[in-house]
Amino acid sequence: MIRVNGVERQLPGDPRTLLSDHLRHNLGLTGTHVGCEHGVCGCCTVLFDGKPVRSCLLFAVQAAGHEVTTIEGLAKPDAPLHPIQQAFHDAHALQCGFCTPGFVLAVKGLLDEHPDPTDEEIEEGISGNLCRCTGYANIRKAVRKAAAAR
Amino acid sequence: MKPAPFAYHAPHTVEEAVGLLGSLEDAKVLAGGQSLVPLLNFRLARPSHLVDINGIAGLDRLYERDGGVAVQALVRQADALRSDLLRRRCPLVPEALHHVAHAVIRNRGTVVGSIVHADPAAELPAVLLALQGSVRVEGRRGAREIPAAQLFTGVLESSLDSDELAIEAWFPSFSGPHGLREESRRHGDYAMAGAVRAGDRLALFGVAPTPVVADPHDPTKDLRPSGDLEATPEFRKHLVEVMTRDLFAA
Amino acid sequence: MTTRWFGERVARREDDRLLRGHGRFTDDVGDGALEACFVRSPYAHARVISIDTTQAKKLPGVHAVYTARDLPFGDRDLPLLIPHPALTNGRTQRCLAGETVRYAGEAVAFVVADSRYLAEDAADLVDVEYEPLPVAWPLEQAAEDPANLAAELTQEAGDVAEALAAAPRRQKLRFRYERGAAAPMEARATWARWDPAEQRLTMYDSTQSPTSIRGGLAVLFGLPETSVEVIAPDVGGGFGPKIMLFYPDELLTPFAAMQLGRPVKWTEDRREHFTAVNQERAQAHEVEVAYDGEGRVTALDVDFIHDAGAYTPYGIILPIITAGQIPGPYRVPNYRVRFRDIYTNATPTSPYRGAGRPHACFVMERTLDAIAKDLGLTRDEVRRRNLIQPDQFPYEVGVGWQDGNRVIYDSGNFPGLLEKALQNLGPRPPGDHVGMGLGMYVEGTGVGPYEGAHVQVLVGGKVIASTALPTQGQAHATVFAQIVADQLGVEPGDVTVTTGDTRRFQWGVGTFASRAAVVAGNAMAVAAGLVAEKAKRIAAEHLEVDEADLELAEGAVRVKGAAHKQMPLAAVAVLSNPVRYAFGGGTEAATQFTPKARPGPPLPEGERPGLEATGYFSPIGSAWASGCHAAWVRVDPQTFRLQILRYVVVHDCGRVINPMVLEGQIQGGVAQGIGGAFYERLAYDAEAQLRNASFMEFLMPYATEVPDVLIDHQETPSPLNPLGVKGAGEAGVIPVGAVIASAVEEALGVPITEMPLSPLRLFELTREPA
Repeated sequence: MIRVNGVERQLPGDPRTLLSDHLRHNLGLTGTHVGCEHGVCGCCTVLFDGKPVRSCLLFAVQAAGHEVTTIEGLAKPDAPLHPIQQAFHDAHALQCGFCTPGFVLAVKGLLDEHPDPTDEEIEEGISGNLCRCTGYANIRKAVRKAAAAR
Repeated sequence: MKPAPFAYHAPHTVEEAVGLLGSLEDAKVLAGGQSLVPLLNFRLARPSHLVDINGIAGLDRLYERDGGVAVQALVRQADALRSDLLRRRCPLVPEALHHVAHAVIRNRGTVVGSIVHADPAAELPAVLLALQGSVRVEGRRGAREIPAAQLFTGVLESSLDSDELAIEAWFPSFSGPHGLREESRRHGDYAMAGAVRAGDRLALFGVAPTPVVADPHDPTKDLRPSGDLEATPEFRKHLVEVMTRDLFAA
Repeated sequence: MTTRWFGERVARREDDRLLRGHGRFTDDVGDGALEACFVRSPYAHARVISIDTTQAKKLPGVHAVYTARDLPFGDRDLPLLIPHPALTNGRTQRCLAGETVRYAGEAVAFVVADSRYLAEDAADLVDVEYEPLPVAWPLEQAAEDPANLAAELTQEAGDVAEALAAAPRRQKLRFRYERGAAAPMEARATWARWDPAEQRLTMYDSTQSPTSIRGGLAVLFGLPETSVEVIAPDVGGGFGPKIMLFYPDELLTPFAAMQLGRPVKWTEDRREHFTAVNQERAQAHEVEVAYDGEGRVTALDVDFIHDAGAYTPYGIILPIITAGQIPGPYRVPNYRVRFRDIYTNATPTSPYRGAGRPHACFVMERTLDAIAKDLGLTRDEVRRRNLIQPDQFPYEVGVGWQDGNRVIYDSGNFPGLLEKALQNLGPRPPGDHVGMGLGMYVEGTGVGPYEGAHVQVLVGGKVIASTALPTQGQAHATVFAQIVADQLGVEPGDVTVTTGDTRRFQWGVGTFASRAAVVAGNAMAVAAGLVAEKAKRIAAEHLEVDEADLELAEGAVRVKGAAHKQMPLAAVAVLSNPVRYAFGGGTEAATQFTPKARPGPPLPEGERPGLEATGYFSPIGSAWASGCHAAWVRVDPQTFRLQILRYVVVHDCGRVINPMVLEGQIQGGVAQGIGGAFYERLAYDAEAQLRNASFMEFLMPYATEVPDVLIDHQETPSPLNPLGVKGAGEAGVIPVGAVIASAVEEALGVPITEMPLSPLRLFELTREPA
């Protein structure tokens, strides 16, 4: 079993099932997106034992006994947005929204490690995710807003 | 792109893992997976068996021994980057890790994995070579220590036998002048060319099938780099000269 | 009508669900669908000798393997979308390859299985025998063979030959732009279900034109259009290639769904996206420019070849746009342009953000820079001397445009853009190897034929609106809500907008060519305006006042200057639909025993029930946006790394509906431009096979490669539409290549006549003998 967003869930039968596919197609958690399946774009980023990882580079069976948090698990369904999500909204840091869950969770990882990041640390922290719509400027703003809100 | 089918094994001990590697035909070790899984997804690699070593307890230590620092097989690059011990004893290693991929990749990727994956454009193999470190492996015939100079045999090829599991990398302590320079197209990409300095030793990466030691006064002597989409042999040699000058300027 | 919301930085209505991961992109639609994958040609040009699917079909979990001969439409060429008299040798592909494949990546077989994993296993077992044929590649070589000529068109304004002969000064120049890719973060996907009981085909498609897909499917499958519904749900970026239709999967997923009695889906993976989805940007230009001693252009003669790729489904729109846009914001009294559209054995080309304009801009801007260099003028001065002046509109360029009309600029202030950009750019930063980049452009936006909108006030007082064109991140649901809210005197938060769903609105064209805000935006204003008029009509009767005394504000219809005399819009909505049976929600007010406001039938003659209206807007011509980009750039003389020190944009898209959304579009466009100028390159080998079909080797910029852009605006409203707006979607990308080239040329002192650049290329250029 794996714990996904705090709930024990089944593992897939076929070991080659990528964690990204298992979350999306077997567990109905489609908030995690698949952009490349070679670990470059970051759209598939989830938290694995609290740290951001590429779910397209993990087999679901590898998550047995671990905690996975997807974007759906960041804010409770009827609860307000997590401060990082709110910051993305306030800064207009999303357009099509496809890369956004991956960015939000990568930023969570960044701010957990660097609660008051320098500009350089922000740049390093967001430079592993691709966005084709925003041109990144507002994503930088969102990270600063989220850091300030903590 | 989805991987081709494989049989999945998750040993709990090193002995189990070595036993599997020794008895299975066409098996690959899965540690961090950041280099291997893309190859599986592209179906460029289709091993019949995957031996996942992430469940082996006690293989994630970073400790001092023999005048250096041992980094075990399951130490993540992110943890090595943050390691106080490495920073004090061998700061070249954390410095090099800053250039390895991106933070999220480093959360899973392992130091040992990156070394034995032996990508000619990777940083850590060159760092090991510059520092004259080694990798300890265990196989059916027992354990052995492979010095860096004998570890890398070709593009994505190491001298490990198919039944051998890399247990830990060992970096000698070094606090003399050091540095790493690389020229890559984007931040975090594999280098078109790179250079590592440890004292008066120079190791180059991205310019030969394996990392190579070079003479800081004539770094491109006998160097015959290949050409690819982003760099010709001439451009690589030019970059080597630029980076070497920069590293040895002080 | 208020103007409270127009021009405001209204926060997006779309964000909450997207941020929570509750978006619904096409691959998110599951519903127990079977999954498909393609077998694609590895060869750029080959005869297909045989296809053996027997092993593939035997694999457990495989439901079907289709080749061309299994399809009733298998020997039919896909539609040629935009015919043109000059396209005398047009060619489109078949759904699945017949006897010949003409580009590496062309679809040969379609596998349907329980999962994508199994489908890929089966695809590995499909045995195709090819006989490789000679390859038409690269572009210049392909152009030498007349059999590869798809179209040729020459246009002339004035008398170029005479002007060239009389010219005091002349230069000949050559420019080369290489192929680029849009690469949206969401690749393509389709999902289809056939309901035999209701005889209805439902399709989710990551497309920029659901109405066109729907029309095409109805024709192809012999169904009435009303039996086909196409929805573009959340779409993860379009940027042009998703306006291309039909991709084979758009026909094969519905076909398979009908055959197999199960929903069928296909989601493209990144590797196949690189060759399966249309590309753009390859052109080679030969230019001769004539000018006087003051640097004023007297004649421009351009001859270019355009890489069509293997097929021409999109007609010759791209070279037509290039031809129409080369003169840009400048006076070119004598202009001749000839283009030849050339087939090559590579992925077909169709619009990618900019769509022919980046090349046009590059040609003109680099030509002006060459004039400046020759005469010792600064680059801004040579532009000043050639810019069309603000009192010269409407300005006719003298050639044809992509809407079938002529290129006529409706409005603008080009000198204003230049001065403001230079001002915002500021002084040269200190340091060596720094260069200034400068680029100006015009952009014909808001093409027709039309768009429509439906707006309705529900009995509860909420407003719904819909339009046929879809959204890929441009905040239509916010921007259109602002327009409607202004007309109805409500808040944007009260207006829910649906886009791209033929079930909600079936008449329209699509989202491309920077047209949505102009065309659908104006349609929204028309429809909402009609609703406002009707609301006043009904309220006037009940309040017993004149319609002219009424206004809509704060969710009510009220008397101007006597706000207490009002009716909430919700109440008006109730009254608009006379009922026999009250069903709650205040509908008792509309039943037969309530006081009658007027004599006559409950539903007046000519009136329709409901507080709703449908409106359309059909532009008479393009609304011309414009802009100026300027930058300070440093190139490291040792490593040839590019460092953008400062990048400014002054942009004119007429009246701005939502500046926050607009700036996001421009910043994003500049990022794509930077990618296309220095990082992204589709590396084809001599056999026309793509060697870098992955994100590891096709280098899209991360945040570290894209600086914050300083964005400023100028507004010259368009006289061609009531809102005075112009499009903005592509503006960010158009001049970036020219700007980077200009800056690098100054920084390194070598002529730059090609795109893209790279450290390697700059290394080579600095070592070439002068």
